[in-house]
Amino acid sequence: MSVIVERAGPLVAVQDAGRAGGLGVGLSRGGAVDRLAYIEGVALLDQPLGAAALEMAGVGGRFRLEAGMWFALTGARMKATLDGAPIEGRASYLAAPGSVLDIGSADVGVYGYLHLGGGIETPFELGGRGFHRIAGLGRAVVAGDRLPVAASQKKGQGPMRLPQMAATTAPLRVMPGPQTEMFPAETRQTFEATVFHRSTRANRQGVRLDHDGAPFSVGAQLHQVSDFISEGDIQMTGDGTPYVLLAECQTMGGYPRIGTVLPADLPRIAQAVAGDEIRFRFVSVEEAEAAWKSDEALLARLVRRREPRVRDPRDMADLLRYEMIDRPHRDVVDE
Amino acid sequence: MSEPELLPLGPDGVLVRFSGRLSEPANRAALAFRAALERAAPEGVVETATSLTSVYLRFRPDILRRATLEDEMQGLLGDRDWLESDLPEGRRLWRVPASFGGAFGPDLEASAEAAGVSAEVAVDEICGARLRVLALGFAPGQPYLGFLPPHWDIPRQSDVTPEVPRGAVVVAVRQVIPFANAAPTGWRQVGRTAFRCHDPAAEVPLPLRAGDEMQFEAVSASDLQNLLNEGTALGGARSEPLP
Repeated sequence: MSVIVERAGPLVAVQDAGRAGGLGVGLSRGGAVDRLAYIEGVALLDQPLGAAALEMAGVGGRFRLEAGMWFALTGARMKATLDGAPIEGRASYLAAPGSVLDIGSADVGVYGYLHLGGGIETPFELGGRGFHRIAGLGRAVVAGDRLPVAASQKKGQGPMRLPQMAATTAPLRVMPGPQTEMFPAETRQTFEATVFHRSTRANRQGVRLDHDGAPFSVGAQLHQVSDFISEGDIQMTGDGTPYVLLAECQTMGGYPRIGTVLPADLPRIAQAVAGDEIRFRFVSVEEAEAAWKSDEALLARLVRRREPRVRDPRDMADLLRYEMIDRPHRDVVDE
Repeated sequence: MSEPELLPLGPDGVLVRFSGRLSEPANRAALAFRAALERAAPEGVVETATSLTSVYLRFRPDILRRATLEDEMQGLLGDRDWLESDLPEGRRLWRVPASFGGAFGPDLEASAEAAGVSAEVAVDEICGARLRVLALGFAPGQPYLGFLPPHWDIPRQSDVTPEVPRGAVVVAVRQVIPFANAAPTGWRQVGRTAFRCHDPAAEVPLPLRAGDEMQFEAVSASDLQNLLNEGTALGGARSEPLP
């Protein structure tokens, strides 16, 4: 089955869990910049980890679902309708064949994710399907594209949703890294006390932060030997401006990094819109290690938290188009 | 602080840094240490890689504790003097045509001035150096090449150039990089090559290996334009095995 792209925002692309294991040849992992929102979509549709979805920055698009299929919208809150009826985020829906899914601009956040069926099946390139601009892999999705979609593996429990998450403005947790000690203790204290604002300059590589006050430069940084970068590193460019590096960052760099934002807190940077306030707080390496969760563990936790999405049939103008009895998944029948 | 150092890089990463400064023995040590790890990595280590002077290990904190991994690495580091290691076998020498200055090298004059030489001497020195692929990084297949003579220890620019094209030859801190793809950079563009560090359609998509050597050959702007127009993966580059 497949999906026809009738309209696409300027920054819509296929993304997955990324290409792990390529640092030795200079390939950063890439994949979804809001990894948690991506895994939420996987959880809602019982997809395998690594299944590809559409990542939509700021604006979605209009998609015709040629076959009937399950889908879920996660990440940024985007105005979305299925054949004209509003749909909610972080929930799974079963669309009838020929349905049109129209996803507009983001009200909250930046990156929205559209998971379809058992995952988008565009060809693999260097072990992944995701668009990786600086690696020269893949491309953006444009109007007219036909995206092949794998058969759904969703188990037969009907439409599901994930419970709302409480919004937080707590400082983002930062662990020390190889260059943290290059910054004097006083500079690190100032860094923790500073209120940053997400700049208008941001992409999948990184997010620039603006602030009032002195730049965060260290003396000899322009001669620093280039070394490995971790996703989440807070890099200070030559003029002392911080950039938080995201999934599509370079694998190495010479600008010093004051620390690394914990993976659990990184989606908040990715989803911050221009002007949003951002603050940081240092935590120990031990605390960072304890907070680390594998993708498998995150997925298992989300699967446990899913709950049935019950709709009032009176709201369903197109009631007859829905498959009212969920067919059990083939695996279940075979057992 | 004593070297080599074990440093945290993200909650699931350890950096084994042989030197905080660019050094040839530290580069050899990193290549050899990683080769040893690849032969016998501890359970829970899922990736290893080398940078200019470091080895990175990614591990699964749910399988392997950082403290345990660091103990094992300390043991391996104590096995021998890694700074005395030999270079890997099977290295090659690449001769790569490039055009310097003009539209292909907008920062040549400024770079030469920073290095204290004329533009002409700068090109002679860049092409005269037998450069080693110290590491692949930043983008797939893209080499950090070193070393230019000591007076080329020029800083990166404090302002990032929004974009240099694929094949841009950039310099800073005694190193040269031919860019694999168009990208922003703080390095200075002195020339351009048609050689592709990464070409998904080529028979060998990633031709370079850490330890290989490269020498640039200056060609005219029109010759380079012809090579760019031909659009082959190697862009006129030739390679031969190193003894």
